[in-house]
Amino acid sequence: MGGGRIVAGLLAPHPPHLVYAENPPQNEPKAECGWETLRWGYERLRKQLESIDYDVIVILSPHWQTYVGTHFLGLDNFKSLSVDPIFPNLFRYHYDINIDVELAKMIHDEAESDGLSVRMMENPDFRVDYGTITSCHLTNPKWDKPIVSISSNRSVHYYSVEVMQEMMIKLGEATRKAIWKSGKKAVVISSNSLSHRHFVNESEVPEDMSKEHITNHSQYLWDMKMINMMKNGKTKELIEMMPEFTEQTVAETDGGALTWMLSSLNYPTYPATIHEYGTIIGTGNAIATWDTNDEKRTIQGVSSK
Amino acid sequence: MNGEVVLGLFVPAHPHPLLCPEKSPGWARLREAYEQARMIIEESEAELILVYSTLWTSIIGHQFQGLKEPEWVHVDHDFHYLGSMPYKFLIDTKFADNLANSAKARGLESRVVSYHGFPIDTGTVVALSLLNPDNKLSAGICSSNMYSNRAETIVLGKSANDAIKKSGKKVAVVVVSSLSNRMFTDKIKPHEEKIHSQKDDEWNRKILEFLDDGRLEDVSQLSREIHQQIRVQKVVAFKPMWWLAGVMGQHNNFAGKVHAYESVHGAGCAVVSLIPKLDEVGDKEYDEDDVETYHGDRNVLDTIISEENEEENNDSELSEESSNENEENLEKESFSSSRAPKPVGAYPHARKVGDLLYLSGVGPRQPKSNAIPGGPVKDVTGKNLDYNMKAQTIACIENIKTILEDSGSSLEDVVDVTSFLINMDRDFADYNSIYADYFGEIRPTRTTLEINALPTPIAVEMKVIAKIKN
Repeated sequence: MGGGRIVAGLLAPHPPHLVYAENPPQNEPKAECGWETLRWGYERLRKQLESIDYDVIVILSPHWQTYVGTHFLGLDNFKSLSVDPIFPNLFRYHYDINIDVELAKMIHDEAESDGLSVRMMENPDFRVDYGTITSCHLTNPKWDKPIVSISSNRSVHYYSVEVMQEMMIKLGEATRKAIWKSGKKAVVISSNSLSHRHFVNESEVPEDMSKEHITNHSQYLWDMKMINMMKNGKTKELIEMMPEFTEQTVAETDGGALTWMLSSLNYPTYPATIHEYGTIIGTGNAIATWDTNDEKRTIQGVSSK
Repeated sequence: MNGEVVLGLFVPAHPHPLLCPEKSPGWARLREAYEQARMIIEESEAELILVYSTLWTSIIGHQFQGLKEPEWVHVDHDFHYLGSMPYKFLIDTKFADNLANSAKARGLESRVVSYHGFPIDTGTVVALSLLNPDNKLSAGICSSNMYSNRAETIVLGKSANDAIKKSGKKVAVVVVSSLSNRMFTDKIKPHEEKIHSQKDDEWNRKILEFLDDGRLEDVSQLSREIHQQIRVQKVVAFKPMWWLAGVMGQHNNFAGKVHAYESVHGAGCAVVSLIPKLDEVGDKEYDEDDVETYHGDRNVLDTIISEENEEENNDSELSEESSNENEENLEKESFSSSRAPKPVGAYPHARKVGDLLYLSGVGPRQPKSNAIPGGPVKDVTGKNLDYNMKAQTIACIENIKTILEDSGSSLEDVVDVTSFLINMDRDFADYNSIYADYFGEIRPTRTTLEINALPTPIAVEMKVIAKIKN
């Protein structure tokens, strides 16, 4: 077919606290308030997405961790209850997710032909990870678009951040090629926070905002460094900085989502829109969009083969 | 009657022995070994099975499964193509509360999780499905905190032992973990199964040689080296042996048996049993601190600290009138004596309020050596021992005397005594006679109580209030 393209890339962190604080009907626990500035940031992101025409969301979450290759959800629908293993008091979410299996299989095949180890996940009892659910809910609470869910291969543990990046760059390229071949318009989501040193105990009232702050100043400086690169279209430099950033801030970028997404966008040189930055149990979280619709922001590097 | 650990098991976490043992001879041998372990549990007459799986990682303190009958169909994140794992377990909810409370009492952040659908990890599902298939025993399940290192993990194990004693039950404790955890990062066929590298294999065999000899503490002490040598370098340390030693006892007095050692997708997997042995003393190759209470850094959101800081800040703006109150506060000093036995928790030996000195409970342990004059009331396995109550009471009062003198008071200034005995019938007469030797002429008020247990293996503890000398 051909002619498909990525219409936007999103950095959409997945702390369950934000869903908890929204009180959607799918989530069992109820909150009084909390993390408003980040939630308002997500509101701005959703507003922006309303003006973008897209068919499918492609997401990579660090909470579906696989050690033997990269996996893709491979059935049309998954419906169950997701309980966060760390914050079960905040997140017990009844989900009903439609999967674009056709596109998932195309990315799978493209990645395989590029030499990556891949596998389709076709067990109907499989429980979708809470990172995928949280980022998708906050991005598109109507759940009216199918998704492609990609696991986080933990090559970082076996080798290094550098090896992880090599693999994720390949996966990003495969994603871009598969989307082009599919003829679909896709939003790609990197589901992760930035600095990830967090508190190791929880305040009595989880949404007590008087307890919320960045874990330490060094994390904040690193977050600002990364955000400034995003704002200035310096994503190549950001990728180069990734190993040091990941090590210094124990960042969730070790899961590969941000590298994969920037690779799929072919390293945008135009500025990202930063909708918000805030902390959740001490971690740094930025909500950002790379809008490829602008003429000047056309992604280069997709050949029409 | 105190509960006790009757058996320890080390078992693998991968789902292969549960879901498809027939596909590989090695997986079949692991399945057979699991079955042997199940029979050992049955023979041990254990009433409860406690599982610590390294695959249930927690980050906010330590979590304990508290739902009575958790039920789900579990699928592994990596090996989903091998099939689903339906389960329904029976949890001892009272024991779960005890686990959490015991952990808190030893300074750990902990909570019970009691939610339908809470994800029980692959390792726990595999272990409980194979070791306790009909739920004949009720179970306890505890998490493995991602960041906890040796001290915290050992304290967690000790707190589990506290809960076991309190439960009055015979308990089989199970650690679910691989040895070397490096898997092949690509697909392999079952017949290609082998340990990932020769180095991993050599280390696995070294560990198993120790365990086969019952040398749990030696393996526990080797854990950091094991982590460096054969573990994929995640955030998580190799900690299962720390926990197991914490709960079973930090020694080598076990009858060990390796029932199987095989690879699963390249990782080293073994089934090992350890049975407490009373008639033999094992070698101890290492000597590190034996931590009783955790005083670590889990206080990021500690409101007490921030409130104190706030008070300090406010103090600088206060009037002269309120600064007098500050001076009064400063008089509330606490004291710790280097000549007295180290406290076993986060408390000072004594605290001064006004012209009175309040002492924490003081036992007979000797400073530095921790030896107990008159002998301990039980050994490391929990077996009761004979002891001399008079010697313990003398040592206890001498310790009190030391603390009082180092805090600006003396035995003659004592105005009130509260004594705790673990066996009133056996010990009261001896205690009373020594007490009379020291306090007969001073004549403070006194209360004597019998209690179930004291934190260390002693028979008497005393708490006093004394006047401070001008």
